[in-house]
Parts: sequence; C-alpha cells; structure tokens
Amino acid sequence: MSREMMYGEAMAVSITEEMQRDANVIFYGQNMAMTERDPMLKMFGRNRVRIAPISETAEIGIAVGAAITGLRPIVELWMSEFMLVAMDQIINEAPRLRYMSGGQVKVPLVLKAGYGFAAGWAGQHSNCIYHTMMGIPGLKVALPSTPADAKGLMTAAIRDDNPVVYLHHYMLTLDTGDVPEGEYIVPFGVADIKRAGNDVTIVATGWMVKKSLAAAEQLTREGISAEVIDPRTLAPLDVETIVKSVKKTGRLVLVDQAPRQSSAAAVIAAEVAEKGFEHLSAPIVMVTALDASVPYSEPLESYLLPNEDKISDAVRSVVGEHARMRA
Amino acid sequence: MNDHKSLGKNLARNLGKDRLIWIYTQMIRIREFEEHVKRTFLEHPGAMRGHTHLADGAEASIVGTLATRNATDFVMPTYRCHAHPLVLGTSAKKMMAELYGRKDGLCKGFGGSMHLADPDRYFPGTSGIVGQSIAHAAGAALTAQVKNTGQIVYCFFGDGASKQGAFFETLNLAALWKLPVVFILENNEYQAYTHVALEDANAQAGDPLSQKAAAFSIPGVTVDGNDPLLVYDEVAKAAERARTGLGPSLIESKFYRLSAHGNAITIPPAPTQFPEHEAIGVYGNKAEYRAAKDRDPIPRFAAHLESEKILTQSERQALDDKARVEMDDAVAFALASPLPEPEEAIKYVYA
Repeated sequence: MSREMMYGEAMAVSITEEMQRDANVIFYGQNMAMTERDPMLKMFGRNRVRIAPISETAEIGIAVGAAITGLRPIVELWMSEFMLVAMDQIINEAPRLRYMSGGQVKVPLVLKAGYGFAAGWAGQHSNCIYHTMMGIPGLKVALPSTPADAKGLMTAAIRDDNPVVYLHHYMLTLDTGDVPEGEYIVPFGVADIKRAGNDVTIVATGWMVKKSLAAAEQLTREGISAEVIDPRTLAPLDVETIVKSVKKTGRLVLVDQAPRQSSAAAVIAAEVAEKGFEHLSAPIVMVTALDASVPYSEPLESYLLPNEDKISDAVRSVVGEHARMRA
Repeated sequence: MNDHKSLGKNLARNLGKDRLIWIYTQMIRIREFEEHVKRTFLEHPGAMRGHTHLADGAEASIVGTLATRNATDFVMPTYRCHAHPLVLGTSAKKMMAELYGRKDGLCKGFGGSMHLADPDRYFPGTSGIVGQSIAHAAGAALTAQVKNTGQIVYCFFGDGASKQGAFFETLNLAALWKLPVVFILENNEYQAYTHVALEDANAQAGDPLSQKAAAFSIPGVTVDGNDPLLVYDEVAKAAERARTGLGPSLIESKFYRLSAHGNAITIPPAPTQFPEHEAIGVYGNKAEYRAAKDRDPIPRFAAHLESEKILTQSERQALDDKARVEMDDAVAFALASPLPEPEEAIKYVYA
C-alpha cells in the first residue's frame, strides 16, 4: 500500500510513526511546536517535543549526551548552515565518543536540516556543506531525493545506532510521489538506480537527481540512454553499484550541487578511477557548482549551479559521436 | 592547616564515621593514582603518549561532591578524568592500562588519559574539547527527565570552560527545561597556562565566578573546594534541588591545581614529563604555589579526622599504604598488559 504525498510530509510521517513506535525518540528544535495546537505536541506531549533556543551547540551537544545515555533524539535544525556554529559537536563529539570509549557507548541521533535552497537565499543559507561531514568516520550522511526516500531514509536514520546527518533538499519539499504506508526503511549505503540506461552513468544526489532525470529524458531524443544513480547516503557510500553501472556504460558524469573542490563528486570520481578504471572509455566529468558562494540575484545564482543543460552537455562530451551513431 | 575546625557544617554533620573515612579513602586513592601517573614519565618513559591531566588538589572537591551521589546518578567530568571513575569503583588497573595504551585498558587503548569511559558505572565518557561536555551532561539529564528515572547528573568543568559558548548555551537550556543537573565549576585558578584573572571578567573585577548563575536565574554559590564537607553541604543542596524538579544550580568550587596543566608538550622521541606548575614556570610566583601547597586538602582533612577522633594516625597510615599498594599493582598490571592488535584500529567506528 502506498499513498501520494509530498516530500516534506513524508519526513514528518516517518518521525511521527517512529515516535509512536519507540518512546525513546524525542524531537526538538527552534521555532517548532510553539502552541498547544501543534499536532506532534498533541500526540507526544511537551516531554518529548520541545522548543529549543537558538543554541545549536547546546541543542546538538544535549542530543549527544541524551543519545549516550539511552534516548534517540531528533534535532530539527532547519538549515544545514546553522550546523556550522556547532561543528565541534557534529564532527568532534558525536562521531568520536563511541570510538574513544572502545565501543562502550553508542550515539543514536538524527540531525535534520534542509540545504541547497536555490531560491534567492544568497550566500549563507543556500549552500551544500555535506562534503564537510561525509568524510568523518562515525558519522552518516543521508540525502533523500524523492518522497519515498525521504520517509525511508528518515526511518533508517532514527533506528540507526550512530549519529546521522539527514539533509533534505528545500527545493524538493513540495514534490509529490508515492510513499509506502506503514513501516518503510531505505537501508543506508544502498544506491538506487532511478533510471536504467546503457550509454552513460549519471550519479547525483538530492535536487540534482531530478535535474539529471530531466536531462536523461532530453537526451533520449538524441539517442543517448543514460542511467541515473542516486547513492542516497554519501556516508556510507555505495561505490559498488556505481562501478557496476560504469562497467556497463563505460562513461561517468557526476552531478553535485556543491562547489567542485573537495566535493562528493570528487570523492566518487576517485573511487571509480581506482576501482573501475579499466571500464572507462572516456574521462570522468564532474558537473558541480562553480567555486564561489551562492549569489543572491537569479541570473547569478543560475549561472553558478548545475542545471539540465550543463548535465546534458557533459553527457554529450563523454558519449561522443561514436555512441550516438551506435544508438 | 589550623583551620580544620571549620570543617563539618550543616548537612555534612549527618555523615557517619564510615562515610567520612570513605571520603578520605577516595581522596588518597586519587592522589596516589595521580602520583603514580606522574612518576610514570620518569620511571617508564614512553609508556604514556600524548597529553595527561591530573586532579591532585581537586580531591576534596570531587569526593565531597560525589559523596552526595545516589547509586545511579550520572557523572560527567572533563578530559581531566582520572579521579571520578576511581570514586565510582572503576578498576584502577584498567584505568592505568588505558593510560599506558594497553589491550586491557578501560577503553581498550582507544581513548587514553583524556577519554576514559565506564558507562556501566554511569560515567558515559568525556570530551577533550574544553566546555563541550557541559552540553553532554545536560543531555544525560534530559534522558533522566524524559524517562523520569529520578537520576541527576554531576557536571564537572573548569574555570576556562566557563567562557565557552557551550557553557552559556547549555546553562540557559538546562535552566529553561529545569534539567536535573548540578554544574560544578572547578576554579583551580588557571585556564591551562593562563591565570583566571587574565581571562575571566568576573575574576578580573574581583567577583566570584558563581555569579554567572544570575544570568540564567539559577542559584550560584562559591565554596571552599579544599574542604570536602563544605563542598558536600553545597552540592547536597543543589542535588536536592535537581532531584525535586527545580532544575540546575551552579557551584563554583575553589581550589588549586597542584600539578601543571599537563605533561610538557614535546615532539617524539624527546621524552615528556610534568613541568613546574604554571605559577612558578610561567609567572615565577613561588610564594603563591607554596601557599597553595599549605592548603593541600588531603593533610587538612586527615588532621580534621584525627582531631575529631574518627581516624587515628596509624589507621590513616594503613589507608595511605593500601592506596599506594593498589596503585603500584595498577602500574604493574598496565606494564604487563599487551599492546592492542593493530588491526583493531578500525573497530568501533560504527555501532
């Protein structure tokens, strides 16, 4: 059984179901559940649904302390950049405490934040900072691209015994799709082939999956068959599925809304270069944001970010005349 | 040394002879453990790596605090964390083996001196980053509150940590949510190498650091941290407040760290050991250090127990000897324990 719902709603459904299932799950953040009319508050009470001040270090640090002593906190952080003021807790506390204790404690918590808000939010509220977290051992990073994944990854995040950074894409919030009803888990570290194809492999996350699928659709008119893969979690990263696809297509285009330097795309490129070099018949191409902060004005912002045309051009550059003729 | 008659106030008067002897015993065990750690740098050079921080001078404050503790209350210290687990009953052998980086260490050699943890004894771990564990302690208190377990949390941190954002953010939130936590600000006069008057606005103005509590509308008191019974009195009140749902308190416990901040930072293979205390080594103030030594909480409390006929000199000697033997054995155990298998290094990254 499934039901059509919005991406944003799918996350909320998961949180509600998990809070019903497990009394150890609590949920708090800034500017949430402020009145008695709040449905979560009505359902779970003030003990488990709380309002936090604008104090990310305390919000996340308290979640860490609660997690190592038996709760499973979800912290609503709203925007991924707000995590930057609490990076010690995210990078140097949550993922390290288990390791430093020699495996004696576990740190089950979810840091929920939106990212990539390409709608004129300018330099400090539109960025993609997941690359700063995907390389931290002990931390997991999930980026849903569909309503179904939004639910399934959230449920997996809440049930995971490790700290998870769950990043939802603001531009997908109102997108609708079929979402399985009841318990639905998307396991971490399992990439999803969003579209099968033979000529080129496109790997993308979040909003870029939607852009890549649109580009792939456009390219069919040119006789190019593109496979679109969404890793869904950047840590752990399912390199195997990507290499397997490259073995079939021989070509790889990596799409990442973050700037190029030190991007998720760069990490995937290195993995494929090492593990799948012999399958490649063209250089790996990265379609990323330009290496700048996100500007305010629309034409500036558009110029900076990856889009369908940039993805299509990249695909054409690696596929070349040969593949198109073959098609 | 003559002020021992000031010891023993209101609530602490109810402590029986056994409990008073327990307090002394824990204090001397901590001192012996730390002395053994310090001597390791000379006697077994290379056995301990990195940075080690000692609690000598803090014994009265720590044990006086933990004497108010119920069996399942959480204890959340900082990277200066050798004393607390000793009081909780953690094996000194496993602790010493951890400091020596051995397989039988408390954390199997993954944490070292700064990151001891014994969650089975309600000591879930520490942070090596100043001030950050204050938030973790409030988190443990949140667990106790949400689950309604009746537990409280003892959160220890230094004067230096009270200038971190984590301190201000957490005290506000803990007060707002009335979390069952007692914040113990250990003012040992030095933030690493810097004197507190050079980095704290309250200290510079000659005011107690406990007045920071007023910013969060919670009680704040300053106590003589060299006296375990005065500490007991104040912490017992704060613990009671936490247990009855009234929320956190801030206690500034004033004492003097008797060793340097940590062993000297040297680049291998140059050996490291404890340098002179900063009062002498940095500020050239021998008189300050001598005066602090004269206020050493251990002989002071021993004198009190003897004058109150709770402990004879020979009984005290027996306790001292027992603690020394326990820590001798801990060192022997650590030296005999094998190093961990290298390939263990990728264990415990994920649960």
